[in-house]
Amino acid sequence: MTHAHEVPGDAAWSAPVRAGRTITLTALADGANATMLIIGTDRLDRLNIPDTLKSQMSARIKPGMVLMSDRGLALATVIASSLDWHDCLTGARPDRLLLLELVKHGLGEADLHGCVNFFSKVAVADDPRASLAFVPDHAHAGDTVTLRADQDLLIFVSTAPHALSDGTAASVAVQLEPPAHLETPAHLETLVRLETPVHVEDPELREEAVRALRLTRELIA
Amino acid sequence: MTVTATTVALDSVVEAGDGALVTVPAGGRLQIVDLYGNQAVDTLFYDAHDIDNRYSAFDTIREQRAVFLTIGSRLVSTRLDELAVITDDTCGRHDTVGGACSQESNVIRYGESTRHQHACRQTFLRYGAKAGIGQRQLTHNINFFMNVPVTPSGGLTFEDGLSAPGKYVEITASRDLFALISNCPQVNNPCNGWNPTPIQLLGWW
Repeated sequence: MTHAHEVPGDAAWSAPVRAGRTITLTALADGANATMLIIGTDRLDRLNIPDTLKSQMSARIKPGMVLMSDRGLALATVIASSLDWHDCLTGARPDRLLLLELVKHGLGEADLHGCVNFFSKVAVADDPRASLAFVPDHAHAGDTVTLRADQDLLIFVSTAPHALSDGTAASVAVQLEPPAHLETPAHLETLVRLETPVHVEDPELREEAVRALRLTRELIA
Repeated sequence: MTVTATTVALDSVVEAGDGALVTVPAGGRLQIVDLYGNQAVDTLFYDAHDIDNRYSAFDTIREQRAVFLTIGSRLVSTRLDELAVITDDTCGRHDTVGGACSQESNVIRYGESTRHQHACRQTFLRYGAKAGIGQRQLTHNINFFMNVPVTPSGGLTFEDGLSAPGKYVEITASRDLFALISNCPQVNNPCNGWNPTPIQLLGWW
């Protein structure tokens, strides 16, 4: 079954997502932002942004990247996106939206961890401090990003505007879909074959990402 | 150094790969000295009276609109409380996005043979335990003296440090703090110049 939900601007939402399902976020207006926290099967092993970035030598989230946990497992893979830059360096807007969602799952302030700001871009300057500037015209209505859950997840989404944006909040559609193809003998190959996204030159998974996916499959997925 | 009414409250060496949990009172100054150069010092800060009020890398980065830390950088918590300020720095640039090494991430990056090498997360858990800091309380840390360039095209690499023997960084506590330190044992990348070395901790309060 497919589950579709529209998160209005300035709201938060959370859901369990079974391994293998895809999560597609669609911006429903220009300037949308979807801040996402991801927690793994055991409700303790969280998205680790630094490990995700240093394993894949990137300071942004883009298609072809595996989102890795504190324990070096694959939580989700970015399998397609119309954008090749999703901010992951500047955190969630400091409001209570995500915290309230965490509390509903028995979690709390200690679980406010690194997040991805899907649809948002914060540009990095070529200066000694790597100064940052929010890019206001990055996302447009219709932009999408699709993740595949690589283990059972809890996802938390806030549609508050990016913390550095002075724009208004926009709605984001979320669609959860079961896997199109279940396990096959070549399932590891299907893990690394990505849809061809727009604007992306090199969607191949790095060796580190494949290693995280393989371990996750062996252990829990 | 300015003469103040404070006294030397702390003067200790942390061996390569070892760690420390230091309680720094509000107004206290903690100096970390890179004795031999190019040594990454993974550090977390917590409000000593409420460990949920902890250093937040991404809130700190956003509030200062820059990735690297140096003099004047305010280290803020997830509640946006100021935990400490960097008040002196002879290195000039410290990493906020490289995180800590763990046995698990070493496996992903360098292969199964590194599974049981010592790693910063082990040190954090070992020294943090006495303050009630466990897995949920760990977060993305500062790497003092570490050089992780982030580029305008969105790339990120680990490079040889900008630090050198005797360089130091000093933080002044804005409230009573726990400083949880792992003197990084990593030998699989250049963050420690391939050779982890001791650091010195000096405190005045």
